[in-house]
Amino acid sequence: MPTLTIDGQEITVEPGTTLLQACEEAGSEIPRFCYHERLSIAGNCRMCLVEMEKSPKPVASCAMPAADGMVIHTNTESVKKAREGVMEFLLINHPLDCPICDQGGECDLQDQAMAYGRDSSRFAENKRAVEGKDFGPLIKTFMTRCIHCTRCVRFMEEVAGAPDLGGLYRGEDMEIATVLEKGLDSELSGNIIDLCPVGALTSQPYAFNARSWELRFTESVDVLDAAGSNIRVDARGRQVMRVLPRLNEDVNEEWLGDKSRFAYDGLLRQRLDRPYLRDANGKLQPASWEQAFAAIADRAKGMDGRRFGAIAGDLVDCESMTALKDLTDALGSPHIDCRQDGAKLNASQRASYLFNTTIAGIEDADTCLLIGTNPRWEAPVINQRIRKRWLMGGFAIGVIGEQRELTYRADYLGAGPATLAEIADGQHAFGNVLEAAERPMLILGMGALAREDGDAVLGAASKIAERYGFIGDDWNGFNVLHTAAARVGGLDLGLVPGDGGLDTAGMVAAAGRGELDMLYLLGADEIDMSALGQCFVIYQGHHGDAGAHRADVILPGAAYTEKSATYVNTEGRAQRGRLAVFPPGDAREDWTIVRALSAVLGHALPYDTLDAVRARMTSLSPHMIERNQIARAAWELIEGQGRLDGPAFATPIANYYMTDPISRASETMADCTASFVSRPEALTGTDA
Amino acid sequence: MLSDKDRIFTNLYGFEGPDLASAKARGDWDGTRFLLARGRDKIIEEMKNSGLRGRGGAGFPTGLKWSFMPKESDGRPSYLVVNADESEPGTCKDRDMMRHEPHKLIEGCLVAGYAMNAIAAYIYVRGEFYHEAMAVQRAIDEAYEANLIGKNACGSGYDFDVYLHRGAGAYICGEETALLESLEGKKGQPRLKPPFPANAGLYGCPTTVNNVETIAVGPTILRRGASWFASIGRENNTGTKVFCISGHVEHPCNVEEAMSIPLRELIDRHAGGVRGGWDNLLAVIPGGSSVPCLPKQICDNQLMDFDALRDAQSGLGTAAVIVMDKSTDIVAAISRLSHFYKHESCGQCTPCREGTGWMWRVMERLIDGRAEIEEIDLLEQVSRQVEGHTICALGDAAAWPVQGLIRHFRPELERRILERKKQAA
Repeated sequence: MPTLTIDGQEITVEPGTTLLQACEEAGSEIPRFCYHERLSIAGNCRMCLVEMEKSPKPVASCAMPAADGMVIHTNTESVKKAREGVMEFLLINHPLDCPICDQGGECDLQDQAMAYGRDSSRFAENKRAVEGKDFGPLIKTFMTRCIHCTRCVRFMEEVAGAPDLGGLYRGEDMEIATVLEKGLDSELSGNIIDLCPVGALTSQPYAFNARSWELRFTESVDVLDAAGSNIRVDARGRQVMRVLPRLNEDVNEEWLGDKSRFAYDGLLRQRLDRPYLRDANGKLQPASWEQAFAAIADRAKGMDGRRFGAIAGDLVDCESMTALKDLTDALGSPHIDCRQDGAKLNASQRASYLFNTTIAGIEDADTCLLIGTNPRWEAPVINQRIRKRWLMGGFAIGVIGEQRELTYRADYLGAGPATLAEIADGQHAFGNVLEAAERPMLILGMGALAREDGDAVLGAASKIAERYGFIGDDWNGFNVLHTAAARVGGLDLGLVPGDGGLDTAGMVAAAGRGELDMLYLLGADEIDMSALGQCFVIYQGHHGDAGAHRADVILPGAAYTEKSATYVNTEGRAQRGRLAVFPPGDAREDWTIVRALSAVLGHALPYDTLDAVRARMTSLSPHMIERNQIARAAWELIEGQGRLDGPAFATPIANYYMTDPISRASETMADCTASFVSRPEALTGTDA
Repeated sequence: MLSDKDRIFTNLYGFEGPDLASAKARGDWDGTRFLLARGRDKIIEEMKNSGLRGRGGAGFPTGLKWSFMPKESDGRPSYLVVNADESEPGTCKDRDMMRHEPHKLIEGCLVAGYAMNAIAAYIYVRGEFYHEAMAVQRAIDEAYEANLIGKNACGSGYDFDVYLHRGAGAYICGEETALLESLEGKKGQPRLKPPFPANAGLYGCPTTVNNVETIAVGPTILRRGASWFASIGRENNTGTKVFCISGHVEHPCNVEEAMSIPLRELIDRHAGGVRGGWDNLLAVIPGGSSVPCLPKQICDNQLMDFDALRDAQSGLGTAAVIVMDKSTDIVAAISRLSHFYKHESCGQCTPCREGTGWMWRVMERLIDGRAEIEEIDLLEQVSRQVEGHTICALGDAAAWPVQGLIRHFRPELERRILERKKQAA
């Protein structure tokens, strides 16, 4: 443990600590631009220079390891001069266009120029200008502002695993650019906006829309994938202006997937802001809440409870699912399901549907088997964690399913159930790798579970877990990667068919055959609406998506930014989203709608406040009490049912940028789809 | 003056062939096996005693540098890298050595490589040196054929490979860590130090980077003895050195001379003197474009070695003596150098990337006096802000010529500014 003196204060630090970190520990603030704790050290901005005794030159503290006996000064005249000098150099070719720069108000260069710079410029020459670059529909570039810190280059190469960016040319002509003129199609590209210490890389959709000091910050969680990334929703008035990641070391660190970051403009479009009723001509007509409820009550009069079904969608919060479950039970119906895609998940054993290893736990694993999943698109921040582990070395990865471009090297083992069975039976070479592993993990995707033989797949995966020692006293390597933010919460609350109840496919079929009188779609848009026959469909949700188009009654709900609500991520981590803006028009928080309807139907649910519904919720699922905590689920072998004989596993997400009503309504996501997904392969960088 | 018997590069001018037979006739590859048989420690000890300082510009003691290499491998191989990316304006010594004395270099690689327990040497040749690269490659091929290098090199039981790599024409790739980056196939940008190459160099393995001349003189020093080499020149500045004399002299040339030779003697004896006589001398840049220039009054009694030139606030650098007579526009000359450094800055770190361009632009205006008197001080301060604040020494190299100009020719700068003001008025 090296002991050194910083500004007269003796401090002992961990071996391997850099001088910059040691100075921070000693309470001496060191300005920096290129240094970032999650990226490799570049040492190029020279802002962090400090004075070291016995060294003729000032040293870059970010790159210098702390060593025993060093004497460091951070507040001497020479350090001040060095900082002023670097600051001056950074500013001479910087346009100083802060009044029209989106970074203004939250700019490192601005802040540090105030703190460490001189008050005037001595530069009398012409300034450099650099042409903007096309980084795609998400990232707006203004490269004249670039200070060449290379944080973006390092992020893309190291964290995102898509080394598209680099420095072109030399000296003052150096430019950060893609070699081919193409947009950044990495699903983590938006993070370079946060990393850029100046206004060179800013958000294209947010361009010129707001100033940081006008915004109201609300800490919340993301629901557009099942990772439960922690976000900050920045709003002005009644509108969400942008979404930024929030630090949570256990989940998303400080990164955020592009869909979660940029789909927020979908919150403004296609919104259901008032109830609708389908009239005699089959047209949806605006209605009042009373009319809508009356129409439902009218239809429900004398209905056999067993002819009612309810399906909860992918973005639904736990409070409203609690209410829906209670309502369905009260009506006497066993037909309820939260698995729109028909995934064969077993609600009775919690460990069988959780990401038991936990996201942070990936870093402790030593072997990984991906089954029917493309984590890159299903959960970019989890994929990033896998890459992070892979970069540490000694991490074998096998893939069963589609052969996709991943951000780490993986052995392709096979396409479907046959390979899975071989491994489960110990007849595959990869079995030896798993055998040798001390902390193996597997990730089972919806591509392997949402299918006819999903039960058998689950059984086979469970067999693999048992056979190769995935389960230990302090280790559980069995993981299910969900694609829906509501799924784990729904399973925890028991939103699965009761005795003799129908699952999603069963309800759709029954509705088509006229065996269901009423179907309640709580934000459920991903089922085949054309197959519902004459069934009376209630759609409660926030977007005019598939469900609303089929509905006979529409009850307008709140999107995830518009309510205080609980979500459980794929790890089983209960987290709370908060209200950032109010729902539009007559839309209401979702649990209150179900509660109000229950009274109209004569089965008034016994809770009137958010606290009361949460008390009910946690009585159904005690895991939801501890927010941001994970309770380890007990493991037992899952017996697979049926034959393992389906076709090859197909990834459940065909287009990362559009997976749910919000991202489907987003113009930004449509642009991304056009740029990155639908783009014909034939186009190259030289095409127009 | 160095007597002929003390010359190391006896074929510097190419009067004889560069081939193996001719090289052997000059004494190269003579008993190399016995040199190696002395053992690693003895070789390094001998190099230390000789007082040889690196010939690439920085003047770091060579024996000491070799001794930094790990004695025992931790599983990683060690490498010797020869810096033949000679790009410093005014310098052309390595070029002649590679053309006419390539076997001295190859033999030096073997000896140095053996001393530091390297498995291979990489010779990084400047991209523009096409014919020189071909000459070195021919010598490598000859040496392999004669079993002088390769498996059981010279019958010593030691395996040693020599590879040649051609650069792509960037000055910065002559900086040792940028050279390693370039050799690894990356963009030539200097690395942060520490770690130094002796700990983590080429492909993360222990590496020593030496200049061509440093390596090429090794075998001769070992054959003739450290005391012979140390007897030439002043203390701490020993041995012979190839000087490159260019500019306004009667006969520009490369010449091997004793260290610490007086500058005037060097120019008068070997280059036919300054054009128009010594009194027509304006200034000399004594060590390649990156060191500060010296005006005539200092040149009169200047010794040419590391310490004497450091005391004169300049440097020996690569010993490339650029002579400028009174016909020279000294401001334009230094401005041209500023442009060179602006053009060759890699752009990685802030002070050099931004400062070199700034200095050049001010220099351009100073040529015809389009500036204020205060801007001379500004220029000086900017150069100080660059110097010592960068990752590599290119920032220093860009700052020093400007500082030298201001130090010695400030009246000239002021005269131009005032004259222009007078004209305008």
